[in-house]
Amino acid sequence: MDAVFETFKLRAEAVSAEVHRFPHKKEALDFVLSYLNGAGVSAAPQSYAVWASCPFLEGMDREKISAGMPGLVFDVNREVSAVAKVGISQLDWAIANTGTLVQDAAPVDQRLVSTLPSIHIALVRSDRLVPDLPSLLAKIRPERTNYISFITGPSRTADIERVLTIGVHGPEKLVIVFFDLSSDELESVN
Amino acid sequence: METKFRESIAKAVHDPNLTGALGRFSEAYRTSRQKAYEGYDFEALRTQIAQRKSYAAAHLDELAELFTRSAEARGTKVFRTNDPAKVREYILNLARANGVKSVVKSKSMASEEIHLNQHLEAAGIEVGETDLGEWIIQLAGQTPSHMVMPAIHMTKEEVATIFNEQVEEGQKPDIPKLVKFARGKLRTKFLKAEMGITGANIAVAETGTIVIVTNEGNARLVTTLPKIHVAIVGIEKLMEKFDDVVPVLTALPKSATAQLLTSYVSMISGPVPNTDGTPKQLHIILMDNRRTEMSQDPKFKQAMQCIRCASCLNVCPVFRLVGGHVFGKVYTGGIGTILTAWFDALKAADDIQSLCIQCGNCTEVCPGKIDIPGLILELRRRLAVEKGQPLVQKAIFSVVNNRKLFHTMLRAAYVMQKPVQKGSFIRHLPFFLSDMTEFRSLPAIAEAPLRDTIKKIKQPACEEKIAFYAGCLIDFAYPEMGESLVKIMNKAGIEVLFPEGQTCCGAPARYSGAYETAAQNASDNINALLAKDVSYVVSACPTCTVTLKHDFISTFESLGQTDAVPRARQLADKVIDFSSLVKKLVDAGRLQFKEGQKLGKITYHDSCHLKRTLHASQEPRELLTKAGYEITEMFEADMCCGMGGSYSLKLPEISAPILERKLVNIKKTGAPLVVMDCPGCVMQIRGGLDKQNSGIQGQHVEVQHTVQRLVDQLK
Repeated sequence: MDAVFETFKLRAEAVSAEVHRFPHKKEALDFVLSYLNGAGVSAAPQSYAVWASCPFLEGMDREKISAGMPGLVFDVNREVSAVAKVGISQLDWAIANTGTLVQDAAPVDQRLVSTLPSIHIALVRSDRLVPDLPSLLAKIRPERTNYISFITGPSRTADIERVLTIGVHGPEKLVIVFFDLSSDELESVN
Repeated sequence: METKFRESIAKAVHDPNLTGALGRFSEAYRTSRQKAYEGYDFEALRTQIAQRKSYAAAHLDELAELFTRSAEARGTKVFRTNDPAKVREYILNLARANGVKSVVKSKSMASEEIHLNQHLEAAGIEVGETDLGEWIIQLAGQTPSHMVMPAIHMTKEEVATIFNEQVEEGQKPDIPKLVKFARGKLRTKFLKAEMGITGANIAVAETGTIVIVTNEGNARLVTTLPKIHVAIVGIEKLMEKFDDVVPVLTALPKSATAQLLTSYVSMISGPVPNTDGTPKQLHIILMDNRRTEMSQDPKFKQAMQCIRCASCLNVCPVFRLVGGHVFGKVYTGGIGTILTAWFDALKAADDIQSLCIQCGNCTEVCPGKIDIPGLILELRRRLAVEKGQPLVQKAIFSVVNNRKLFHTMLRAAYVMQKPVQKGSFIRHLPFFLSDMTEFRSLPAIAEAPLRDTIKKIKQPACEEKIAFYAGCLIDFAYPEMGESLVKIMNKAGIEVLFPEGQTCCGAPARYSGAYETAAQNASDNINALLAKDVSYVVSACPTCTVTLKHDFISTFESLGQTDAVPRARQLADKVIDFSSLVKKLVDAGRLQFKEGQKLGKITYHDSCHLKRTLHASQEPRELLTKAGYEITEMFEADMCCGMGGSYSLKLPEISAPILERKLVNIKKTGAPLVVMDCPGCVMQIRGGLDKQNSGIQGQHVEVQHTVQRLVDQLK
């Protein structure tokens, strides 16, 4: 597991993503909130943070969280996403040897928060890390969802003079936050 | 060749921005591609892709039906047509019915192929390309110069100027700022568009899924924000199973841009909710435009295995010089030439097919295992059949094939060349022939051809006999190479026969599409070379070797002359190139090198046919090292020298700059000697160096065939 995680980290960092890992959801949440603080999130256009609904938030008091973090919005729509600085969502899978995240992105809020804002924070369960593309494609089936997204690093282009430039249409920053689940938690989600 | 075409070549090779950007990219590409494939078995991967794509090509109808059923079951509307006009009409009607005023597009070669933008714009609909490169060329009113990197021919200064003129004043040539500016401007377009148009990289029949690969993230926005999504999919993208995605998705980013995976991959299998909760209208257009016809052609069905990675462009010594605009059409480079001939018209490929120098670089990297140079030759053949051979060409071949006449003429030339000859070179030719010696000197015609001098060599009577196939260059210009070969074989106890009936190998005819002539050459040579029982037929010219070993068979097959094939195979089994034969003899202990020789530093140039068709690149290196030479490898040792047989005569404006790069790489090694196995390469490189040396002061480098360097080092 750790070797696989190290491979993921190496590959994801090689494509300019930031990778963190926390032993519990609590620490992951604290990290996200302090990151939003540091990024200057506030209740003003171009400064909002939008958090798409996800299993990570289940059982958490969203009102309390947003009360402590002005500008953080859980009710995601097109308009607020278009003026948000940070988008947060949970991704379903991670592929180690390419540093890729994968999700069922059929619900539109999942795509809005990961395309429009300039920073995307991606939460992912550590136990959902697989070694490579074939092992991932054995786990997902397009019959189950109409939109599957693969994300590998931030948006990039090299269309002018082959110079790599980060952040053309999608996020210019991708912050990946792995969180471990305890065996009890794992049992309840699986 | 059209004058316009020649002018566009001249313009391209003299455009430092274009050649600079493309050259740098292609030089870096080989290494970065290799790195991306580290840990992967590329041969196994591409075999898998070729198998699955060729299966799909053979079952197009079935897969298109399956795709339609699977997708429609999920609420997608599928429209299938062979006619580009119907594709445009469908989209236009859809736009009108839904009151669409503004469309955003992510990159789609299929839409470029049918000139969709112009049609939508003519109907008053605003079309915004959102891929940065595509947007730039849309603003500039140009076509893409590269399948994956459409604006690679432009500098940041040019991009800034276009933005200033077409969008908003005040943009500076600063790449991150230009990108940010584009992000802002295009964001507004994304948010207001009512329709999004994409292409697709794979279409999975069993699940009705389209797979879209991008780096910028524009396809995600195009498929998310507008309420209508139209995907235009060329039916060559169809694959049977979801599992087929694995090999293509593994290879495509590595071959295209040397990435392990692109930033984004989207797999869409049906309509998803819009941002206002309504279901999206999803339309998938399966476009044929002669693809079915192509898949039914016994030769060209192979082209259906293309995954549109453009790696054939990236490794092409010609493309890196001329870029995409010379091709004048939407699809460019090697595969683009083939696609143009089909999707446009065979005639449309008439000029551009001549750009291929047949070096074979692309066959080594193609993830679809397509024999691109082979297919381009087939185009050449069909074009020659259609319009007939040019008269001058016919006249030349009739002389070349008549050895006696050719002889007489060359001897006459030998006498005539005296006034222009300087040592062993012709540096300037008079009048209309001057182009031929503008960038390199030509070798002087030998006083006596090998076919005469070889008779004077006293050979020991040996039990084992081999036949020597000289080829034109060794026979008439470099007989000393042949004489050395005889000496070496004699040392191994082998007698060398020179079958008098041998004639031109037919490569020039074949490479010009004149297959009938090539077939006559093949028959004559087979008769001459199989007349006596010999253990091998050896040649010291890799192009001739390939012709004898592979092309005779394929020429007969192309012409349907199947009766001739068995004898061609019989010959093929005996044919071997010089270095591979010597290596065998050394390994068997029949030839021994002198001990303890220290012969100094050299560099080795791989000839295209030897390395890529005959797969002999280690053999000559090993022999030269055993002889006592120390090899310093040059950059791109296996890149073509620009000779390509008659290519250097037909397109000297391309041959010259390719040679120039080769000379720079040779000189950078600091070696005083460059060795190679092909007399054609010797002619090109020696001629190029002579031209440089005869002008301004140059570092002196000697050019030699391997045979010349081994002859004195063997016991």
